[in-house]
Amino acid sequence: MLPALARRAATGLAVVAGVVTLTFFLLRLAPGDPVELLLGPTATPAQVAAQRHTLALDRPLAVQYVAWLGRFARGEWGTSIATGRPVRALLGEAVPATLELVGLSLVLSYLLGVAVGAVQAIARPRVDTALSVATVTLFAVPGYWLALMLIMVFTYWARALPAFGRAGLDGDLLAGGPWLADRLRHLVLPLATLTLIGIGGIARFVRGAMHDVVGQPFVRTAQAKGLAPFAVLWRHVARNALIPVAILLGLSFPALFSGGVFVEFVFAWPGVGRRLVEAVLARDYPVVMAATALSAMLVVAGNLLADGVVGWIDPRIRQRSDAA
Amino acid sequence: MKRLLRDRRAIFGAGVLLVVVAAALAAPLVSRRDADQPDIVATRFLPPLSADARGAIHPLGTDRFGRDVWTRLVYGARISLGVGALAVLLAIAIGLAVGAVAGYWRGPVRALLLAFTDIALALPRVVLLLLLAALWRPSAALVIVVLGLTGWMSVARLVQGEVRSLAARPFVEGARALGISRVRILWRHILPNALTPVIVAAALGIGNAIMLEAGLSFLGLGVQPPTPSWGSMIASGRDTLVNAPWVAAAPGLALVLVVVACTLLGDALQDALDPTRGSRAPPAL
Repeated sequence: MLPALARRAATGLAVVAGVVTLTFFLLRLAPGDPVELLLGPTATPAQVAAQRHTLALDRPLAVQYVAWLGRFARGEWGTSIATGRPVRALLGEAVPATLELVGLSLVLSYLLGVAVGAVQAIARPRVDTALSVATVTLFAVPGYWLALMLIMVFTYWARALPAFGRAGLDGDLLAGGPWLADRLRHLVLPLATLTLIGIGGIARFVRGAMHDVVGQPFVRTAQAKGLAPFAVLWRHVARNALIPVAILLGLSFPALFSGGVFVEFVFAWPGVGRRLVEAVLARDYPVVMAATALSAMLVVAGNLLADGVVGWIDPRIRQRSDAA
Repeated sequence: MKRLLRDRRAIFGAGVLLVVVAAALAAPLVSRRDADQPDIVATRFLPPLSADARGAIHPLGTDRFGRDVWTRLVYGARISLGVGALAVLLAIAIGLAVGAVAGYWRGPVRALLLAFTDIALALPRVVLLLLLAALWRPSAALVIVVLGLTGWMSVARLVQGEVRSLAARPFVEGARALGISRVRILWRHILPNALTPVIVAAALGIGNAIMLEAGLSFLGLGVQPPTPSWGSMIASGRDTLVNAPWVAAAPGLALVLVVVACTLLGDALQDALDPTRGSRAPPAL
């Protein structure tokens, strides 16, 4: 178990290093010279050269990369160009907001998706078909569009739920019960959007996985020895069908985070995704770099967590990786 | 093919896609071109199915510039479907090349390419898209390249597996015994047989690509206004959600319909091309 996890962690580190390196060189490839932008059109070539030397931009690209990587690894992420605030503080506020939204929606969409998929696997064909129509539609709905439609119905028409931000304008003044209620009211629409678009794919996958297991001989044996249908489903089918689902969990982190980017943007949710979009639109490079690296790290951490869960559910995998 | 024609999902998916593609190709015939120079005050925010002062019917209403939403939807389909299709073609070309080489050449080449594919697969795609789209001036061509560069990994893995198993078959050994070069064996004998899973991946990938193009355009990083794309139409409808909800609703519904069609067609193709899978899990619809 542990060597396998260590190997996984090494792969994860490679992913993060890959993202960071890619980001660095892409920024250098992109059109636009920061020194000329900094000094303006009236600068003489000598001034440009001097400024270039001060910023160490005249050294070989590899040297610059190593120096930048060292600073980045030590957490010196620089200052946001657009807001003048330290990048670390800016993103430090955003991470809890993203974890709250994406984490909760992950739990909810898996619970509901597995439930719907399991019901489909044992339901009558007509129910199965109706649910399939629903899940394939949810699977195809873009998150930002669903968000707009929910805002239209629940904010503009019903005037029931807030559509912007994580807390009301007076959120800082509240405490205790009202504070919690305010937070929850702001969470409902973004969470519902992200969960709904997640359910479709999970239910479709679970349905297939359950069907694969239901057809196997050991299930017929369990039925033949007179076990109650629910016991067969729960103890024999679900336990085996959940292994591919847990693997899917690991693979779905990038997609979930991506969905989160759009949903955070529409609902003005102050998370990493929204910061990233804002920074991209404002060409705020230090923030873009840091937010990209941070997203990669969150995704990799999620993958590692999912690998742990798979080993916990399936002892066979645990033993196999121990032997390897 | 017979299995496919009996599959309700395939009929529905292919039917929807045919209608949408036909409407996009025949856009000037099925829409009103004069909608670009209207009397703005009189014709803006008309609800669906209403007529303007000149008696012209607007089946999906008009937006805040008095432009006919149906017309923009049909012209937007050209951009959205075109960008999606080209992006998937690019992704398949890259995926085929990487997958074929990784599947046929053993040793360090395979290990290196597979490791690279795995790492690329673990990257958050939208983050990469945002990064790439931020660095260059947004355009349809950039979206195609960016979607292609971030979408080839699953194709590469599929092709790699297929090529690997085909390379062990007797007919490949026979070809080698005849003294045919490796590149020629790969190109003429292995790749044509490895294309089956790629067709499924293409059908599923095109829906995804259309959705991502719309997402980038929604954020203002894709196709630039006033060129209509479904994503930028949803974005512009966002500002008029209160007085004219149909402006955002119509392109979104079109998007859902097309992506559902692609997904169902892909599912049906998968079952039809791989009978062992189909016999275990009954079709979903």
